[in-house]
Parts: sequence; C-alpha cells; structure tokens
Amino acid sequence: MRYVNKPVRKKDAMSLVTGKPVYTDDITQGSSLVVKLLRSPHAHALIEEINTERAKKVSGIECVLTYEDVPESRFTTAGQSYPEPSPYDRLILDKRLRCVGDPVAIVAGLDEKSVDKALSLIKVKYNLLEPLLDFRKAKDNEILIHPEDNFVSLVEVGADNKRNLCSSESMNIGNVEEELKKCAHVIEETYHTKANNQTMMETFRTYTSIDAYGRLNVISSTQIPFHVRRILSNALQIPKSQIRVIKPRIGGGFGAKQSVVSELFPAIVTWITKKPAKMIYSRKESFTNGSPRHEAEIKIRLGADENGIIKAIHMYSLWNAGAYGDHGPTTVGLSGHKAMTIYNANAYKFDFDVVYSNTMGAGAYRGYGATQGFFALESAVNELAAKLNMDPTVLRMNNMLTESSVGKTMPTYYNEELKSCTLDKCLKKAKEMISWDEKYPCRDMGNNKVRSVGCAVAMQGSGISSVDVGAVEIRLNDDGFYTLMIGATDMGTGCDTILAQMAADCMDCEYDSIVVHGVDTDLSPYDTGSYASSTTYITGMAVVKACESLKNKIIDAGAKKLGCSVEYADFDGKSVCNIKNNESISLIQLANDNYVGSNNYLSASESHYSPTSPPPFMAGLVEIEVDKLTGKVDIIDYVGVIDCGTVINPNLARVQAEGGIVQAMGMAMYEDIIYDRNGRMLNDSFMQYKIPSRLDVGNIRIDFESSYEPSGPFGAKSIGELVINTPPPAIANAVYNATKVNIRSLPITGEKVMMGMLKNA
Amino acid sequence: MQIKLWINDKEYVDDISPDTILLDFLRSKGCLSVKRGCETSNCGLCTVLLQGKPILSCSTLAVRANGLKVTTIEGIQDEASEFGGFLADEGAEQCGFCSPGFIMNVIAMKNELKNPTEDEIKNYLEGNLCRCTGYMGQLRAVKKYLEKYSDMKKGA
Ligand code: FES
Ligand code: FES
Repeated sequence: MRYVNKPVRKKDAMSLVTGKPVYTDDITQGSSLVVKLLRSPHAHALIEEINTERAKKVSGIECVLTYEDVPESRFTTAGQSYPEPSPYDRLILDKRLRCVGDPVAIVAGLDEKSVDKALSLIKVKYNLLEPLLDFRKAKDNEILIHPEDNFVSLVEVGADNKRNLCSSESMNIGNVEEELKKCAHVIEETYHTKANNQTMMETFRTYTSIDAYGRLNVISSTQIPFHVRRILSNALQIPKSQIRVIKPRIGGGFGAKQSVVSELFPAIVTWITKKPAKMIYSRKESFTNGSPRHEAEIKIRLGADENGIIKAIHMYSLWNAGAYGDHGPTTVGLSGHKAMTIYNANAYKFDFDVVYSNTMGAGAYRGYGATQGFFALESAVNELAAKLNMDPTVLRMNNMLTESSVGKTMPTYYNEELKSCTLDKCLKKAKEMISWDEKYPCRDMGNNKVRSVGCAVAMQGSGISSVDVGAVEIRLNDDGFYTLMIGATDMGTGCDTILAQMAADCMDCEYDSIVVHGVDTDLSPYDTGSYASSTTYITGMAVVKACESLKNKIIDAGAKKLGCSVEYADFDGKSVCNIKNNESISLIQLANDNYVGSNNYLSASESHYSPTSPPPFMAGLVEIEVDKLTGKVDIIDYVGVIDCGTVINPNLARVQAEGGIVQAMGMAMYEDIIYDRNGRMLNDSFMQYKIPSRLDVGNIRIDFESSYEPSGPFGAKSIGELVINTPPPAIANAVYNATKVNIRSLPITGEKVMMGMLKNA
Repeated sequence: MQIKLWINDKEYVDDISPDTILLDFLRSKGCLSVKRGCETSNCGLCTVLLQGKPILSCSTLAVRANGLKVTTIEGIQDEASEFGGFLADEGAEQCGFCSPGFIMNVIAMKNELKNPTEDEIKNYLEGNLCRCTGYMGQLRAVKKYLEKYSDMKKGA
C-alpha cells in the first residue's frame, strides 16, 4: 500500500489554506434575493391573523409568504433513508407555532435593508397557548404539541402524537429483574445530559435558482445532498426530477447539516418567483433554531456480583425531541444499543420514550445519541468501581469487549458478530501513556489543588447496517488518469481524500492521478450521505469494488489489443502485459485509443451496503486539576487510544480524534442550551454559549491500536463519531477521584463541584 | 460617503453608506476569503490586517479603514501557502472555514512576537475559534513553521 495508512495531504488542502472562494456564499456572489424569516416570539401559539400588506409594499420586496402559501402535507427534515423513522410532523410554515423561533413568515427582497423593514411591518395576532417546556412532564400531558390529524409516522417507532410521543419502544434480553436480585452490588442512578449546539463555523446556508431547464437548483451547505432532494420534493410537493442539489465545500457539519434547515425557505421563494434566492442563517439563528443534540435523562440500574462482574444492565432513556421529531427515534436507540453492547452481561433491558415539547427541535449531533448513553453508563460503571473500591480500568478489563471477544455474538447489537476489537489494548496503552498507575486516583499538589485521573471507554458503529448505501463511479480518462465520482459528502472530514487514497492503491497509480468530484445529485452516484460514520467503511468498500471492476475492464481491453486471452493479461497500474510473450500496451495508450473511434469508454460503478456495522472502540483517560477552594476544573492532559481498524490516513484520523475530544470537553464542562421561563434560548451567541478555545483544552494525545476489520475496505472501520463519547464520563470520573463528588448532570461546572464538596464536608 | 483605501496594495475609491461593515465591504470587493462566524466578535474568522495589525473586520466600520491599508489572505498568497503547507501536513485544516482568519493572525504573530513560548502562542491566537480540529494540529503546525524561521536565524 503506497497511500493507504499514509498521512497524505487533503485534496483540497491548499485551496482551503489560501482562502479560495469555495463555500456556498463564495460561489453564489451574483445578485439574488435575500431571504429571511419572521420567527415566533412565543413557545406555543396559534397564528390567529397575519397581515402582510404593508410589508409587501416595501420597495424591493419580492414576496412575503405565510402558512397560507405553502403545501399542506407534512414531512420530516431529518436526513435519513426513505422511509424515514422520524415522523412527518412539519410544514414549511405552520399556523401552529411550537417553539420560540418557529417560522411565521418568509420574506424575500432585493437587499437586507428592505427585507428587515418588511419583517418589522408584518402584523401578527397570536393566540397564546400554554407552553410545555419540561420534557419530563411531556408524556401524556394534556398540552399537545402535535394535535394535528395529518401527523404521520411512516415507520413503526411507537409514535403517538396524542400522547406527545415521537417514539417509544423497549427491548429485553434475558431476565434483568432476576439477575439484579442475585447481584451483590446494584448501582441505580439517573444521569442528565443537556442539549448542545454543533456550532460548526459556517452557519446554515443555501442558494437556489432555476436552471435553463426550469428545474430548481440548490447549492447548499449540507451533509445529505440526496436526502435534501427528497425532502424538498416532499416539502414543495414537486417531483424529485425537478430538483438538483450541489454540495460545495462545507464549513463543518457535525450532524447539524444532516437535517434540512436553511434549504426550505429560499427553495420555496425561488420556486414561486423563479428568481435566485439565498438564505444565510445568522449565528443567533443557528443557535436558537438549529438542530442540536437531544437533551436526555437516562436511568440506569447496573448489577454486579461481589467480584465486580457485571450481570445485568437496565437503561431507560427519556429523550427530548423538542418541537419536531428529527432523528428522535434513531438517536435514542444508540443511547442503549451502543452503550450497553460494550459490556458483557447475562441480561439487558433497554426502554425509551422520545417526547415532544415546546423547545427547539433537536437533530443529529456527532455521536448520535451514543454520547448521551455513554455518559450515563460509563458514569454508572465508574460508580460501581468506587463502590467496590476497585480501579475503574481494572473493572472494565474484566467486563468489556476485548480482543478475545472476537467471534462473539453481540445480543444488544442486533446479534451482530464481533469481528475485530482491540479495546483491551487501547485501554492498556492509554494507561501507560498517562501513567495511570502512578496517578490514580489523585495527588495533592498543595495550594488547594488536586490532580486526578478519570477513565471511560466507548464504541460507535460504522454506518447503519442494511440501510446505508454508498456508491462511486470511477472512469479512465485519456492520458490514463481517473475520475472518482463520489456521492458521499466531504464536510471537511477529508473523505474525498481518503477515498482517493484507497482508489490509488486499488488502481496501483499515483494519488494525483485520481481526481475527485464533489456531490451533485445530477452527476454523482447515489450515496445516503455523510453521517452515521459510514463514509470510510461503506463508501470505501464501494471504491474497492468499483476499482476491481474497472481493473477487469482494463485487462479485458488490454487483452483484446494484445490479442491474448484474459488469463494471460496482467495489469500493474501502468500497462497491460501479455505474460506469455511480455508484449504490453501502456495504460495511456489504451486510454487514448478508447477515446477515438471506439465503443470502449472504460468506467465502472459499484455500490455497497453492509449487513453489519462493525464498532470502532476507544479508551479515553483524562488528567485534571481541581481547585478545592472554588471547584474549578482544568484539563491537563487527555489521552485517547483508538481501534478504528486500519487507519486510512493517520493525520486526518488524529485530527478527527482531537477535534471530537475538544467538542466533547465543551459538552462536559460548559456547553448547555438554556431557556428562560417562556422557552426563549438565553445563551444564543458565542459570548454566552462558550465553546472551547485553545486555552481550555490542555494537552491531547492520540494513538491507535489497529485491529483489522475483515468486512471493511483495507480493514478499516469508522472514526468520526466515536471520538466524542469518552470525555464527559472520563472527566466526571476524574472529578470524583479528586473530590468524591459524583456529577450526574452535565455540564460539570465549578459551581456543581463546589456544592458537592460542601455537601460532603 | 466617499472613502479611499488600499486593499492588498490596490487603491479603491468608493461611495459607501456610513454603516458599511469592513467585512462586507471586503467581500464585495472580491476578498471572499474573509468569513463571518458570529455577530458578537468572538470567533476570529473575519481577521484581516489593518496597517499590518490584526483586526476583526466584522466589528470595524469600513470608514475606519479610510486612508489605510488592508491586507487579506488574497494579498499574501505566498506566505499563506507557506504556513498553509505546514497546516496541511498536519491535516489541521479540516473544514477550512476558520483557516483564513487563523492564518492572518498567525502571520501577524510571527511578525510581532520573537520566539514566542507555547503559552504566548496560545494566548495570541486565543480569539481564533476552530470547531473541527481541537487546536492541537494547529499548534503543531505553528511550532514547525516558527521553528523553520528560528533555524534560519540560527543558521545565519
Ligand atoms: S465574525 Fe466572529 S469575530 Fe468577526
Ligand atoms: S477547520 Fe473547521 S472550524 Fe477550523
């Protein structure tokens, strides 16, 4: 392998670092209508009257749209394969407003000033309804968020809009109650994780226009171009054939852009006016009406025998969908299925309710529910270790999946067979790297400072088994270079690059001989999109398959030219050779010949799906310093050791890991969407919603313990989401080891630590 | 009102409304590297140089640049590629949306601080947020880049 497992530069690196205009707003600089929304000031209300007459008269205003102007059938904005598990609970504009910021009217005009003026002239009479803001009270509350009759759930996920349920299910393996009775130790606690905003640096944005064929063209900062096509077709009630979606470079997504957020509004404006339109979300809008992580309350019962061998795990996840059900039924599933699977036990129980409330609708955020589940379960496991007076790393070694578990069926993971795992090696190496044995549990540094260490392990999946589809097409061009057409979405993650690395090794050619093409739904082969950690594993395999079939075609064509049979033709990346007489024809010659008077243009297209979703694993250990006088926690060192199978690009994988860990540090320590009594988000700017800066993250060190995943391309599994799961429980554990205070509700603020210490004293 | 300024050494005379923000003015003149990431002067994405000193163009009125020289990454492509190469070799430009502002500030730092310590580097660049990379790769790149210059000095 010349390129796989090498730190190759990203294909687009130099244009990004020299500031080239490659993002949505940069490539759509011509004149277009400015689109903005009038948003609801109320968390729960009905529009009784809306008067747009004066607004429409403002000079420069092209159109003002209200609920009367949009199609009446519901859809979901969640980017998922059809039929989507997320209920069809939205309209582009609705008479019923379900959270602060819900769109009331769309205004489009020539410039921002006229649009702002028009917005201020729209008169709305609201019928105020009592809001339901506490998701703990949502189930079977008499306040209904979605009383409408045309609410539909396409998939059986236990949705019931008359009970405020977006989804509800339960799973039983073995008899948890019986097992718990036999256990010497049972931890029974409730853990609470908050809604967090992805805060990708490029906010939501979309440009729409009508092309020469009268079709709607959409250029959007999205992770899911093909799903955008379907969702817009549902929302606007126009055929998919009338829509083309193009994805330029994206300034980050992290799951936020796995929902349709900014696309609907310029799309309907353009479809109605036939004029180009653009909508750019402000940072504030991205905060107040984005697609944040689901807030969750997870109850755990964890039972073990006197030696600390885990026997039973019961998790109940209560999940706040907020106003709309995007990704509700699916994220919640990961909180149990991913978290519990990492531990061997005799019995498991997992049940959940995903409820509607009058807070902002949630969505997908890196980790996709597993992050919440791991905070809860890993915290419980750490509490079990403390109860047994056991080193939590030792307790894990005795209970978790290890290299010797390979071949085992995982009952909580849809009975998939574990084919690769080095989690034990990861934990061992991480302990060495951070000098765990010398530092555990804590050291007094004098000066009222205590340094301590904390531990967590985690897994994720690689794609959604039997659902995600990745396809690529690879073409041989004249002069012998290849075009790799990819339907997966590079959102900065570097998938264009790693797929090209794989293709270069498959075709035995230079990395620079592979040119890649970003997603255009008219041109690219179908791909479900970049989410669920699917790209390397699923689309990567499609690359391997497509290259294999192109190689066969090259050999075929070469053999014909050489006048030999295919068995005797061999291709080494540069030429096809007749091994009987050493005659050969170069790839360049072959390629060029195929461009003149030939029926033999060589290209291959393959798609791939996987019946399994092999888990990557990670051990995360942290060292922190706690100030005993104030409760303030500083991160000193974070060590992550990862089994993502074969590492396709060590640089990109390392930066993925470092980035995910830092995001999770924010989640662990301060990121927290808070609402006032009326349901208005209070901290809707970077001033108030603090994300980690480079001064906040201490040192981070990453290493790999590669396994080989037989079903993955070159033995690879995923990495992108896994890396966000360990920091919250590891930091909570370190806080306990320093202070004997268990923080079970994120974020872990100095105040909570201090209050806990005072209570213990 | 009329203003006259130099963007990347090119003179511009323009009639603008007094509330025009420098960021928007620069983008309207084709400096599309300049990005906006917030409305509260917290992210650093919009960093450009005014008379060689880094400023936040999102919170600067265009008139403030009247008679002065503005530099964006479009005007220092060679330096940007040089440092950018270090960044690329770490894989530390992920989505790249924060890169122009970050790189402008790195270049300003290189001109301003002599042999900065790691803490000084972090402090200087603190205002440049990045949500993708976790900052470590950026730090590795900055150190290697600065090392190259201190090596050159040592060699000289
Ligand atoms: S745009 Fe955020 S600081 Fe200027
Ligand atoms: S690389 Fe994406 S924000 Fe920095």
